[in-house]
Amino acid sequence: MTAYILCFILFLVGLYGVVIMRNLVKIAISVSIMEFSTFLFFALLGFIDGGVAPIVNPAEPDKIYVDPLPQALVLTAIVIGLATTALLMAVIIRLYRKYGTFDIREMKNLRG
Amino acid sequence: MQGLTIIVKKTAQLIAGMIFMYGIYVITHGHLTPGGGFAGGVIIAGSFILITLAFGSDVLKLIKEERGTTVVESLATIMVVLTGTAGFIFGTGYFFNNYLPKGVVGALISAGTLPLYNIFVGIEVAASIFIIFLSLIIFKEESQL
Amino acid sequence: MDLSISIILVFMIVGAIYSIHAKDLLSAVITCGIVGYGLVICFLLLKAPDLAIVQIVVETINLIIMVAVVLDSSREERYARPDSKGFVSATAVFVMMAVLLYFFYASASPLDKLGTSTLRMAGPYIEGAAAKTGSANLVTGVVFDFRGYDTMGEAVVLVTAVLGVLTILRLKGKK
Repeated sequence: MTAYILCFILFLVGLYGVVIMRNLVKIAISVSIMEFSTFLFFALLGFIDGGVAPIVNPAEPDKIYVDPLPQALVLTAIVIGLATTALLMAVIIRLYRKYGTFDIREMKNLRG
Repeated sequence: MQGLTIIVKKTAQLIAGMIFMYGIYVITHGHLTPGGGFAGGVIIAGSFILITLAFGSDVLKLIKEERGTTVVESLATIMVVLTGTAGFIFGTGYFFNNYLPKGVVGALISAGTLPLYNIFVGIEVAASIFIIFLSLIIFKEESQL
Repeated sequence: MDLSISIILVFMIVGAIYSIHAKDLLSAVITCGIVGYGLVICFLLLKAPDLAIVQIVVETINLIIMVAVVLDSSREERYARPDSKGFVSATAVFVMMAVLLYFFYASASPLDKLGTSTLRMAGPYIEGAAAKTGSANLVTGVVFDFRGYDTMGEAVVLVTAVLGVLTILRLKGKK
């Protein structure tokens, strides 16, 4: 139960960063922190006490395995997370070249 | 982009090949040991990124590399979809049907179409991440001209 | 298990808070690595070696991309004087965090204790996976056989993200 609560607190830290921070790089970091906490929550849900990693050894059939379904969902999501973070960074570097700052409030003043 | 010192170059030459081989091992044994197409693809992309960072390159050469990698990525994605469609044609009428013989659990040639998916997805992931890296580098180089 | 995961999670939370409040952008990006590499240890403790292998490589490449973006900028975050607007938004976000935490606690308390997972689909997948797919690694069996559509969708999303990066970072138009 403690691990679930702490995992959600990590998510809330990321949310705080997204709402409060004005620096675009900090916002990208906060989004990736939120992603990480979601991955960890999925992995926590599938864990079974005394289980082994879900790799079948035909010689020893009777074992308790950890649930493979949340791991399969997270496996693809991690690589997609890298691609979306790279997309965010591409937008950010383009904005920096145009306005010369990472600050979103200054960008709003410079517009027009 | 400039390269780094000769120590880094020699070390990268030694290590990058091993990283590449490890990525291929992770992909081809994806149905037996931990790993698979996604993990191995990212590892292979890491070896290419190491070489590019250590040796540096010319902008024109980087653009040529990017164009070639785009073709590879598109072909790999098409092959993933076609392998799924082959289950519809040769199997019993639904997509992603595992129609090849299963073999013995634990042998290298087993598990039907799963190794094919692993290989194609691995190529696709490696090409995608390398394209992202290359386009960032090309952008930085071109804007400094 | 609950205790060890919790200790690593506390470290990750401290690293995340420091990373959000750091003055220098480069140190913020590097401190973000604490969260990513801590996640690798958590995955290893939770018996998920596939995820650990992917995460440790992805985190490294993520750091390379972020550092490449940050390095050629001014790197310093200018100190912003706290004004009334910022104070209002800070109060709002703290109230929102408290409400969300309360609702998460209410919805997580009927959940199973850590280590006694009883997801409904776990049984059939584990029972049938090795015999039906012929794959010793159950995660690969689930990813490419039982959930094939999901994986194909993810591959298409990856291609779309790459197309977005190529479109945004192109300086000169092509014919």
